[in-house]
Amino acid sequence: MRESIARVEATRPARLQAGPPPAMTPAEREKVLAEFHPDYKAEKKRALSIGVSAGNVVPSEVADMLEAHLLVDPAKIDLSSVDYDVDVLIIGGGGAGTVAAIFAHQEGIPAENILIVTKLRHGDCNSTMAQGGIQAADRPEDSPAIHYIDVMGGGHYANKPELVQAMVDDAPEIIRWHEELGVMYDKENGEYMEAHGGGTSRKRMHSCKDYTGKAIFNPIRDEARNLGIPTLEFSPVIELLLDGEGKAAGAITYNLETGEYRVIRAKATVLATGGFGRMHIQKFPTTNHYGATADGLVIAYRAGANLLDMDSVQYHPTGVAYPSAILGQLATEKLRSQGAMPINADGEVFVYPLEPRDVEAAAIIRECWSREKGVETVSGVRGVWLDTPMIDEIHGEGTLKDWLAAMWTMWHRHGIDITKDPALVYPTLHYQNGGVEIEADGETSVPGLFAGGEVEGGVHGKNRLMGNSLLGYNVFGRRAGIAAAKWAKSKKNKIKTLSLQHAVDFEQQLIDAGIETDIQSPMLLPDYRSKSVLERSLGRFL
Amino acid sequence: MNTSSENTIRIYVMGSAYEVPRGLTIMSAMEHAGWRFTRGAGCRSGFCGACSTVYRQEGDYRLRFVLACQTEAEDGMYLVQLPFTPAPRVSYTLAELNPDENVLLQHYPEIARCVSCNTCTKACPQDIEVMDYIQAALRGDIAQTASLSFDCIQCGLCSMRCPADIKHYHMAQMARRIYGRYMSPVTAHLEERIAEIEKGVYEEEVEALVKMTRSELEEIYAARVVE
Ligand SMILES: Cc1cc2nc3c(=O)[nH]c(=O)nc-3n(C[C@H](O)[C@H](O)[C@H](O)COP(=O)(O)OP(=O)(O)OC[C@H]3O[C@@H](n4cnc5c(N)ncnc54)[C@H](O)[C@@H]3O)c2cc1C
Ligand code: SF4
Ligand code: SF4
Ligand code: FES
Repeated sequence: MRESIARVEATRPARLQAGPPPAMTPAEREKVLAEFHPDYKAEKKRALSIGVSAGNVVPSEVADMLEAHLLVDPAKIDLSSVDYDVDVLIIGGGGAGTVAAIFAHQEGIPAENILIVTKLRHGDCNSTMAQGGIQAADRPEDSPAIHYIDVMGGGHYANKPELVQAMVDDAPEIIRWHEELGVMYDKENGEYMEAHGGGTSRKRMHSCKDYTGKAIFNPIRDEARNLGIPTLEFSPVIELLLDGEGKAAGAITYNLETGEYRVIRAKATVLATGGFGRMHIQKFPTTNHYGATADGLVIAYRAGANLLDMDSVQYHPTGVAYPSAILGQLATEKLRSQGAMPINADGEVFVYPLEPRDVEAAAIIRECWSREKGVETVSGVRGVWLDTPMIDEIHGEGTLKDWLAAMWTMWHRHGIDITKDPALVYPTLHYQNGGVEIEADGETSVPGLFAGGEVEGGVHGKNRLMGNSLLGYNVFGRRAGIAAAKWAKSKKNKIKTLSLQHAVDFEQQLIDAGIETDIQSPMLLPDYRSKSVLERSLGRFL
Repeated sequence: MNTSSENTIRIYVMGSAYEVPRGLTIMSAMEHAGWRFTRGAGCRSGFCGACSTVYRQEGDYRLRFVLACQTEAEDGMYLVQLPFTPAPRVSYTLAELNPDENVLLQHYPEIARCVSCNTCTKACPQDIEVMDYIQAALRGDIAQTASLSFDCIQCGLCSMRCPADIKHYHMAQMARRIYGRYMSPVTAHLEERIAEIEKGVYEEEVEALVKMTRSELEEIYAARVVE
């Protein structure tokens, strides 16, 4: 490793002088993607055989989860005794869910008639973890139209146009709302400090150092608390309820600590369960939080919601490759937007640092496994260097530590000073590009069920750009919250009965299709206990 | 007592000993030993504060405070997790606050009880100068409270240790919000852009893009000039 670092150091002055290499042409991009991006391996995917999106090709791990047995036999659940009766139920206490709750309240639903249910603590979610930034086209050089083109091109034109339109139009207003909530955006001389992200043609990345996710989410959560919106923690939803006429009617939760179930009746339901990183697609490590296990997809699919763009998965180009203790954790794209270049074992620059994420990731995989120019660690992981010392060289000493404090601290805790030495990185599973199909106000194909945030499909097409999912959870969390409130207020949307028949039917379809599996879903949490423990496990208290 | 081998170390979880491989975080080491967390694990990346952990190293009398997801397990660690702090939080309406120098003290009067022992700073796994931000809050210096506490992940360890029962992180969150809303300059072009969008200045252009075919969009995308 040290020898390779010396080669990186040797080429640094020349690279600083020359600046980044040119970006790839569209044809070069297509080629590297087809040959090296994990999504292009047909044998790692399969078509769904049951449900409304039967025929859609998805990663095998996702198919296994969707085509699995119910976690709980519906016969065990007594729907006649309702534990919570609310107007708007919000599933997922992350970014989209909390935003939805606040706007449902602003739309006239009293706080006590809203309920957020969430898997772990309110705020154990991907939204707190974001580092890099959030996009909004507010500079005079920029416009919603330019933002629109960047999003569509980045998403390989698969995005639903009306959703992208909603997102780019709402973006500046979202930033103003954050200002009202007291989010501390980075500013210089009274102006936002806006940077590029992968695939942007204008600088429109707003940041709060490299704690952007936390700095935006925590004030939002604080506001929900000020408004007194009730939250049920450690209570993941294991199944949605319908009303017998196919309308969403609430959900069943499972208390992770006591094992009890609860019945929630709701006039409108917002699905905001986030992504699926903890499914470790193709065995990749992930940047995602502990509860990112695709539960929302599973429960919505059983209730009849259709899925979109689930064939594509986002691998972040730069996850930690060394030290192994923090393998797969995120090295923010902001490191590259501030000048750090990906460099191979010989000290050569091999890719434009800010290609769209899928292209950048594929180029790093090619460098390591085809051109054999990666650096191999003692645990057999390969990676390339991210030449982080360039940041201070470009912007002045102290820049990295001041503006990328989380990054500095993460490596420093393991004895690595990234202002002096480059960091070893490799792609890591990051984002669920597709999901439950929505319309511009968050409506899904199930009446009364709304969705926003990472669980949603359609906004980002086949590849989400950095900074557009923080934006996405705000835009569609808000729209879904408002639409759910309106739905709940409308007299014609009364809930007459509560039913789990759709789940019973789904189990039957599984049997009819001859699918043999011992998986039950939703997954709720991954299991990281060691093989030796699991082999001897008798269960707790038997 | 040297308990480690080349590949393994011995850790003590709430007093019980377990052999685990080297090179794992405390969180992964406990999982390896058979724990399946519901409490005490959130983001697994150092951003949420769910995994507050206290340990003592064999042969040392001091308690140390770390994040289980960010710290490598070492031989001879006596570990316990503190995944929840029952700290009260004060509700307020940000838009109606008077953001003067007394506002933090009014909402969190217990900060006046600070005895400047610096225990909170020593407990902070984020290396924040916690006592300094409490002192800044006492002086009514909202800007400094906000900037010193910026990296706070609300893990609660400071409040668990404080002899004066101060609830540092809730107060600091309030300070950051006050700063963000009232003291951070508003960027003029944001307001201008919002007004333009409301007037429909970009409507036609975006509508036209929405209606375009893929190949038309591809052409525009390819011709982009990157700033
Ligand atoms: C490390 C990291 C860095 C990132 N950086 C950026 C960035 O710089 N810019 C950007 O735009 N985006 C970034 N992203 C992506 C972005 O943070 C997320 O896509 C976005 O915040 C998702 O918001 P959400 O509300 O949909 O999901 P989350 O915030 O993840 O919230 C989902 C919530 O639902 C809960 N939940 C899950 N299942 C259930 C269930 N069965 N029942 C009840 N609750 C459930 C979860 O526990 C969680 O609390 C990053 C993501 C990660 C992981
Ligand atoms: S200031 Fe307190 S709550 Fe915040 S990170 Fe430090 S110890 Fe944790
Ligand atoms: S621990 Fe409490 S009393 Fe001691 S310095 Fe910190 S805030 Fe003050
Ligand atoms: S689990 Fe979030 S900080 Fe450790």
